[in-house]
Amino acid sequence: MWLMAVRLALRALSRNRLRSALTALGVIIGVAALIITVALGEGARRLIEQQIASLGSSMLIVIPGASTTGGFVGGAGSGRPLLREDVDEILRLAPAVRYAAPVDRTVAQVVSANLNWSCQVLGTTPDYFLIRDWAPARGRLFTASENETAAKVCLLGQTVAHNLFGSADPVGEMVRIKQMPCEVIGVLAPKGQSAMGTDQDDVVIVPALTLRTRLLNQSRQHVGTIVIAATSEQDLPLAEQQVVQVLRMRHKLADDQDNDFTIRNLSELMQTQQRVVQTNATMLRNVAAVSLLVGGIGIMNIMLVSVTERTREIGVRLAIGARERDILRQFLVEAVVLSVSGGLLGLALGTGGAHLLSSFLDGLSVEIPAFWVLMALGISIAIGVSFGFYPARRAARLDPIEALRHE
Amino acid sequence: MAGSEEPLVRLVGVTKIYQRGEVQVPALRGVDLEVTAGEMAALMGPSGAGKSTLMNLIGCLDRPSSGAYLLGGRDVARLSRDELAAIRLREIGFVFQGFNLLPRTSALENVELPLLYAGLRARERRTRALAALERVGLAGREHHTPAQLSGGQQQRVAIARALVNGPRLLLADEPTGNLDSRTALEVMALLQALNREGLTVMVVTHEPDVAAYARRRIVVRDGRVRRDEPILPRCAAADLSAWRDPDSDLTGDLPCG
Ligand SMILES: Nc1ncnc2c1ncn2[C@@H]1O[C@H](COP(=O)(O)OP(=O)(O)O)[C@@H](O)[C@H]1O
Ligand SMILES: [Mg+2]
Repeated sequence: MWLMAVRLALRALSRNRLRSALTALGVIIGVAALIITVALGEGARRLIEQQIASLGSSMLIVIPGASTTGGFVGGAGSGRPLLREDVDEILRLAPAVRYAAPVDRTVAQVVSANLNWSCQVLGTTPDYFLIRDWAPARGRLFTASENETAAKVCLLGQTVAHNLFGSADPVGEMVRIKQMPCEVIGVLAPKGQSAMGTDQDDVVIVPALTLRTRLLNQSRQHVGTIVIAATSEQDLPLAEQQVVQVLRMRHKLADDQDNDFTIRNLSELMQTQQRVVQTNATMLRNVAAVSLLVGGIGIMNIMLVSVTERTREIGVRLAIGARERDILRQFLVEAVVLSVSGGLLGLALGTGGAHLLSSFLDGLSVEIPAFWVLMALGISIAIGVSFGFYPARRAARLDPIEALRHE
Repeated sequence: MAGSEEPLVRLVGVTKIYQRGEVQVPALRGVDLEVTAGEMAALMGPSGAGKSTLMNLIGCLDRPSSGAYLLGGRDVARLSRDELAAIRLREIGFVFQGFNLLPRTSALENVELPLLYAGLRARERRTRALAALERVGLAGREHHTPAQLSGGQQQRVAIARALVNGPRLLLADEPTGNLDSRTALEVMALLQALNREGLTVMVVTHEPDVAAYARRRIVVRDGRVRRDEPILPRCAAADLSAWRDPDSDLTGDLPCG
């Protein structure tokens, strides 16, 4: 009986194909938006989690100079420079800090036997690799003593290794960074894109003192930034507090003086990004809700039109013995078939759209949980029933005589 | 109205007043009428006399404003909408002037419709609908839509639909009004044949030629029964064979009377 009703409804709707499609449009868009939200929201959350993990979620960065109210660093040189000794003192005096490493950066031309490549060159100490949880894929890391002696050694990121050596093994080969000849002692494991979309593998890492003294010709006492890992993620606020104390003490700041350095918390940055993603998801979800509502009203409207157009048919059905509930079912099933068809189309469109979008956004995977597929269908059915009920009841309550006399 | 047997249809002082805005339109002003099972009655009268109103009341499409209507002894005024629908489904067959078939729907599906509402299974529906179509001489046309059928054929599909649930009473409101006289004759021959098989038939018409095939003539005017008399019916099948049409679907050898 129900199956029959569905078949008849499909036939009735296919008679007005364009009108049915336009009516279902609201539901189509609504469900598609819903599915895209879910698919990409899930993917984006996973991506951000991955990136937090890849950066080390318990990481702090100390930058010289006071922060502005917006949380960004003020003009360069506005504060006191950070010192190599600061790193040692932080390690010594802040128990919640597990690792601390100085980091300096420059951009330089790196030349192999016959190729050259311009990329970021980063100078640091072996702790850095522990903080970033970054191991060499081949070769080895440099040692503390290689740092102290400003040894001419380097590690290549995957991108750099590939661009300078292709598929050949660079370990043991020589490269020139600016004019400095330098032995490749290792190639780093791939890290992929950062949260800001930069390629983390497009980097050469050398000992901190090698960079400062040989490539930058700067004082060996200063460091650009300090990267710090707390003993655990929970200890991060404590570690931050302790680092602030150590640096204020070393900088001899009075109680009423502001910090002349800034501490950035990467997991906060990630959280901010996550909030942005969530805001977008909420917006899309609102779009979905509004189109579903509009879609429902559209269905109600077209069903009312359909009831009016088919008043005579309803009269004939009543005359040959249809009961109220037979007519009610007929129109209710028609509304539900309409909205579920829209829902299925929206599902297909949303899935396709999510895959298309993810192909533009690198690294974003599409995941549509079965729960949300069922949810989308459930919502479609609910819309059909709730917005189809009033027109269907109107049809069912028609007076047989009046309906038969209708032209 | 001899004897103890309860008439199939009994109306006592039935009135029907339509409300048209502020105005009250009395369509029936007190009708007393009895129709016994097995009769074939013609309902005549000028346009606006109240014939259709009367048929709709007898067919349980509507309830009287006052007076009593007993169908097979049951007081229709006391029945609910669903109970009235059940009576229309099982005990009454309706045939209209305008055929009233569902458009773009095959003859078979049109005839299956009352069976669908009766809750029959698909296989049962099919066999019964096919039998009904065969009974009205439309075997082989089951998959035609109304647009692909002539007026006479459409009216026969409508008659098959009215018959398919095995009603006791067939009500035809100007069934020949949209048909040419030859096709009208075919329809009347069919109704006569059905009546001979025991079906009670009431036909509204304003054509004396058509009314001549009934065994009783009831004349309605201004919402009242003005005349009610038995007549000697003509035999439609015999008249039909007199047309000597070799293409006729009906055999013409049906005996009359
Ligand atoms: N649904 C209705 N609403 C208002 N007036 C009606 C309705 N049906 C019939 N009438 C009026 O009742 C009278 C009888 O109508 P009807 O029974 O259709 O006559 P007939 O079938 O004999 O031509 C007419 O005056 C008609 O206008
Ligand atoms: Mg009439």
